[in-house]
Amino acid sequence: MMRHTILKVDKLVKRFGGLVATDDCSLEVSAGEVHALIGPNGAGKTTLLAQLSGELASDGGRILFEGSDITRQPIHKRVAGGIVRSFQITTLLPRFTVRENLALAVQARTGHSFDFLGTVADESDLDEGADEAARRVGLFDVMEQIVGTLSHGRQRALELGMALACKPRLLLLDEPMAGTDPEESARMGELINSLRGDHTLILVEHDMDAVFRLADRVSVLVAGHVIATGTPDQIRNNPQVIAAYLGSDEAESVEEVQ
Amino acid sequence: MNTRFGPSRSAETPLVAGLPGAWTAIAVALALAIYPLIMSSMDEPFYISIGSRVLILALAASALNLALGYGGMISLGHAAFLGTGGYTVAILAKYDVLASWVAVPAAVLFAALAAFIIGAVSLRTRGVYFIMITLAFAQLFYYLAISLPEFGGDDGLPLSARSTIPGLSIDSDLAFYYFVLFTAGLAFVLLYRLVASRFGRALVAIRENERRMAAIGYPVYRLKLMAFTLSGGLAGLAGALLANLSLGVTPHTLTWHQSGLLMVMVIIGGSGYFWGGITGAAIFLLLEESISTHTEHWNLILGLLLLFIVMVAPNGVMSLRERMRARYGANDRATPKASTEKA
Repeated sequence: MMRHTILKVDKLVKRFGGLVATDDCSLEVSAGEVHALIGPNGAGKTTLLAQLSGELASDGGRILFEGSDITRQPIHKRVAGGIVRSFQITTLLPRFTVRENLALAVQARTGHSFDFLGTVADESDLDEGADEAARRVGLFDVMEQIVGTLSHGRQRALELGMALACKPRLLLLDEPMAGTDPEESARMGELINSLRGDHTLILVEHDMDAVFRLADRVSVLVAGHVIATGTPDQIRNNPQVIAAYLGSDEAESVEEVQ
Repeated sequence: MNTRFGPSRSAETPLVAGLPGAWTAIAVALALAIYPLIMSSMDEPFYISIGSRVLILALAASALNLALGYGGMISLGHAAFLGTGGYTVAILAKYDVLASWVAVPAAVLFAALAAFIIGAVSLRTRGVYFIMITLAFAQLFYYLAISLPEFGGDDGLPLSARSTIPGLSIDSDLAFYYFVLFTAGLAFVLLYRLVASRFGRALVAIRENERRMAAIGYPVYRLKLMAFTLSGGLAGLAGALLANLSLGVTPHTLTWHQSGLLMVMVIIGGSGYFWGGITGAAIFLLLEESISTHTEHWNLILGLLLLFIVMVAPNGVMSLRERMRARYGANDRATPKASTEKA
């Protein structure tokens, strides 16, 4: 049942001046699983995600992807290798159409961005990739629409679509449900469920309902350190986790969503 | 349903708005080719050399537009590349290298090299720091030029003769105009291909959202550096032509004043629009020329006129078409808020 380890984080460190945001963080993610990352506000979830995607350089430790050390790799190499992130705050090209947004993601993958003189005549490869990603996230009917005019929920879907258009093997999703209404949130949940198996997902999410419903395994991050990893049931009943949540000021954030 | 990469014309996004139409390009090329013939039939050779000047600065402004308008890199140091191009031609001429096929490519190459080095450092900074660093580098070039007496120092370096082309003479104003038109024309074709290519689209998208483009796998720094280098090289070409036009180069070409003028041209013409640099240079130089023949205080009037243009067309003259369409257009252009999205 257990599949091979696709990502291994080994004693990763990130310091911002005197603050240690990621503190000897170790984590293992198996291929094909939905691995949720939870923790109180300020636990360093977003920092860790930025280190995994390559946006932030690490101050110590190693990141192994499919067995090879990618700790020092720049973002674009990691994307080419199959690690792609999405953003908590929708980060799109709002003045462009949905098609243009997705096609740009496909173009990044297929290369030729240094092709200065190539004409625009044959763009079928970009179009096909864009269509495929749009169908996957349910945006095919609004392909020609300007992104800034889409509803928030659909922008969240495009946020995920952009990542999918990069053909990732490991998806890093930073609060995909942030700011969505219950209906949109349910749709996003279905979408994430449909990715299980083909993709490996690391899911940072504040919506605990969604986390416990979607995740195969959950890791709990507290003060930049993973204090526990296990199935949703194991985590729910883990005394350390309960203490970490209840013992901090952010305890109510867990209760709120439940 | 639209199957092209770009959106339909009814929903003009920044990717499409920055591209020229083929018929416009042909019309502009024809007009520019006929212009000196009309001037010489009217016995106004002076206007032919003004035409050359407009074309050259249009090229320089368009080069800046590639970095500033398309790439979002607000460079206040493009005079450095203009000057590098000019000085390359003048220094080579001083050592009796007059052949245009050596001097002009050398000017482009050295300017591109300067842009590569300046860009490699400056592009590690953002926003106002980028503006200041590019400005600082250009000042460095300026002080270097005035401190080297063998290259003219304060007085600059005169050009004993124009660059030569085997079998042709470009000494007359008319011939030189066509030389400029041909050279700049090639550069504009290259610029068009650049902004219409996948590279150009990546560049515009990086201007719109750098973080997103990095996250989907674009080597953002390298792409921007490449655009900055190409922009510098093309400005160097303009500098080489300018030195040939004025038969010499002075440190004034390297001043921040010159960088500022190029930026003003791009802004009034329309930054990020293909015709922006050309329109801006033409408006600026023609206004300057016509007002300065009437009054000593032409700077004041020019300033007021430019202010007026910027107030009427905040995104440049080339953006007026879109603004008109947005205001009066009956077609189904998707504007924010007015869309029919029912998610």
